[in-house]
Amino acid sequence: MKGGWVARLDNMSGDNGAGGPRRSRQAPPLVAPGDDLGDSGGYEAGHGVLAINGRLRALKQGRMSNRGGTVSIEPRRTAYVPRPSDLVIGYIEGCTSNIWFIDIGAPFNAILPMSLGPSKAEFGGIRKVLDIGDAILCRVQEVEENHSSVVTMKGMGLRAIRTGSVEDIDPHLLGRLIGRGGNNLRQLKEDTECRVIAGDNGRIWLDGDLSGIVDARDRLNMLLTEAKIEEYRGDA
Amino acid sequence: MGGYGDVQCIDENGIRLDGRTKDEVRPVHIETGVVPVADGSARMTWGLNDVIAAVYGPMEAHPRKIQRQDRAVLDVRYNMAPFSTTDRIRPGFNRRSREISKVTAEALESVVLTELYPRSKIRVEIEIICAEAGTRCAGITAASVALAHAGIPMSDMVVSVASGKVHDIVVCDLNKEEDNYGEADLPMGILPNSGELVFLQMDGDLSPDQFQEAWDYNMEAAKVIHAEMVRALKGGDE
Repeated sequence: MKGGWVARLDNMSGDNGAGGPRRSRQAPPLVAPGDDLGDSGGYEAGHGVLAINGRLRALKQGRMSNRGGTVSIEPRRTAYVPRPSDLVIGYIEGCTSNIWFIDIGAPFNAILPMSLGPSKAEFGGIRKVLDIGDAILCRVQEVEENHSSVVTMKGMGLRAIRTGSVEDIDPHLLGRLIGRGGNNLRQLKEDTECRVIAGDNGRIWLDGDLSGIVDARDRLNMLLTEAKIEEYRGDA
Repeated sequence: MGGYGDVQCIDENGIRLDGRTKDEVRPVHIETGVVPVADGSARMTWGLNDVIAAVYGPMEAHPRKIQRQDRAVLDVRYNMAPFSTTDRIRPGFNRRSREISKVTAEALESVVLTELYPRSKIRVEIEIICAEAGTRCAGITAASVALAHAGIPMSDMVVSVASGKVHDIVVCDLNKEEDNYGEADLPMGILPNSGELVFLQMDGDLSPDQFQEAWDYNMEAAKVIHAEMVRALKGGDE
């Protein structure tokens, strides 16, 4: 046999390195707001970090990461901040004669002008098209400097949500829900036979049979529980 | 020694009614995530004080007249439960709770980066479940942990603690008897990482030396409480 040492079932102990690359998984440190992260010399302050008087200071609770000289915090919880082209699920919160106000889970409500809505309404009949409390699948079209955002329902698949259920998860857990290459989300759809649409604002639309929706909700809850446990353990 | 009227708060050896020395803090415990529907929450037991703080938002500020174009507003509501003291408290807002809500909001506004969320509102609810003494301090501290738990960006956390004077002896972290029968108290809001002060009230009279002593006690106590806040945030809420 050519080559060197070969892994066999009988010699794959923990210390011979044959069980595959073993990374020493040291969890990145947890920080709390106000924690001193060290000297700012040569480092850039990323998300959740502030440089004050030559020192880096944490602004949020989470795990510190240093990628390419940028020190940032991966927060445990964070508010959704809309960006153009985000697919979001919103609720109608109010309306005027030609504008709907949409709660998209962000610090600032979005507006949906009638020109970007699902259909035209006659003057005074805007609530016949979308009424207060209705859920809609829409896309963020524009975020202005003053943080106002405009959403649109003109686009493929964008619609009012009349069936199924809308669930909320923390936006930073979306990556875990979707998985690498969308694997987890695809698996969820196959297993529950539900239509699952994940909005970038952490709202998930589940549509299908009642049993499938219940199953999908259970899986979402399990994912949230696992994520919380792993965050504290340092596996996340 | 150490009495006021008939109430003896400190004995000849400098031991207080609850067994502490004059520079000791009551036992503190904080846990996070106690209100699952809130964006962030914390429960703090501090001696016999039991406080829950919950944070919601940032969210759209309603009514619109309270919106600020350049920053978020902190909408703080401090409330004592009717059963939190031996005498039943009439439910609802009163002058005291309004005052404490205001000073709490001002203390927290100095650390929360409100400019990141213009025109929005961050709602902070502080509920006193059981009151011993120093509920405003416990409320501010619990609210600070709840804000951090909610992921609100903050330059530091506020630790609030009160020292005071009982028959000319300065003591740290007043208990109920000392608060009721003492001659002065000095609640302070401290930023533990920078040592800055964001909130100070004084009820009663303290000489400059006594003021300095109370100040030093508060600064030392803030370190103890801050360590517990950090433990609660890093240790988890499961």
